[in-house]
Amino acid sequence: MKKQVSLATEYTKGLWDQNPVFKQVLGMCPALAVTVSAMNGIAMALATTFVLTFSSLIISLIRKLIPTQVRIASYIVIIATFVTIVDLVMRAQFPELSKALGPYIPLIVVNCLILGRQEAFSSKNTPVRAVLDALGMGTGFMVALASLGGIREILGSRTLLGVQVLPDAFDPWLVMILPAGAFLTLGLMMGGLNQMVLRKKTREERELAARHLQKPKMSLEHGQEA
Amino acid sequence: MELILIFISAAIVNNFVLAYFLGICPFIGVSNKLSSAFPMGLATTFVMVLTAIVTWLIYHLILVPYHVEYLQYVSFILVVASLVQFVEMFIKKVSQPLYRALGIFLPLITTNCAILGLALFMVLKDYTFVQGIFYGVGAGAGFTLAISLMAGIREELELANVPRAFQGAPITLIVAGLIALAFMGFAGMISV
Repeated sequence: MKKQVSLATEYTKGLWDQNPVFKQVLGMCPALAVTVSAMNGIAMALATTFVLTFSSLIISLIRKLIPTQVRIASYIVIIATFVTIVDLVMRAQFPELSKALGPYIPLIVVNCLILGRQEAFSSKNTPVRAVLDALGMGTGFMVALASLGGIREILGSRTLLGVQVLPDAFDPWLVMILPAGAFLTLGLMMGGLNQMVLRKKTREERELAARHLQKPKMSLEHGQEA
Repeated sequence: MELILIFISAAIVNNFVLAYFLGICPFIGVSNKLSSAFPMGLATTFVMVLTAIVTWLIYHLILVPYHVEYLQYVSFILVVASLVQFVEMFIKKVSQPLYRALGIFLPLITTNCAILGLALFMVLKDYTFVQGIFYGVGAGAGFTLAISLMAGIREELELANVPRAFQGAPITLIVAGLIALAFMGFAGMISV
């Protein structure tokens, strides 16, 4: 069944249908910890995407060489190697960003999103598909982190990407940049998104039911789609 | 006295889950029931203390003398993974009841960021060996406290009428946010 999925879908599924943060609830630690500002969220997501893409590529290239018993250990070593590369490059090129993200860059090693994709996807698919999947998941991760960071930054410090967007008269909601704000914002965002999906689903179901009543013949086709 | 402060700081004021967002996956995943959350906390604490001991020794006796500190992520994660494996085998051999209680949680602990986070924070804060052990115990106690609190609340939540869209992860996150707000009351009490 996997083979029938088009290459484009391998990329786009990570954006929404299987969005790592909102749908799969993976990679929560960095998603909550670094999203004090949109910039931090984007930087974190870029670093994660880099690690995810390259480890997916390598693992899917050598997937037939890795013995099943030690696969997790092998994945972890490969991931840790790329994380070390990212950490050293960031420390050299973007010292401020590296300081802001602190220990959360090395903690990419244990981001369940990355290990999860290797176990569920790269170890079973061709390199091209694995890379597309990784890029899609990375982009989805970035969408989640940037929006979460954006909301927290606007309400918590009146700025977006460092530019002031709310007037001085607006009292910044201090709670947003504190840990509690991260949990609350993400919880509300996830709930809101679920609500949207639910509403869409009920509307579709209603339309489907209406069409069934008109043309009983169509019912088989729609049944398969659903 | 300083050791007690480190313990309290790691357990309550700078709680790993609620202030540093470490170990969120088990915090959300295994907090359905108190009867599984508490053993999970204990297993994590156990591994944390061992990790603190072993990674301190490796960092200060191998990595620093040979100037290969950049290998810390690779070596720490390998230590954690093999330690978890070892603990699992050891418990299985020594105590069957304990294995049945903790066994299923042990593999999950490898990817618990709180464990690796503990090792990294210990290096960052430059703790001595004994301080590191207390830090590990404190962090583990904090994790156990947070996950047990969460499980207790979620057991009650089962009876509550939560909107359909908020069931599962969203409401858990919001509850975590409220617990984090409560824990903010401890902020500034101790600064270590």
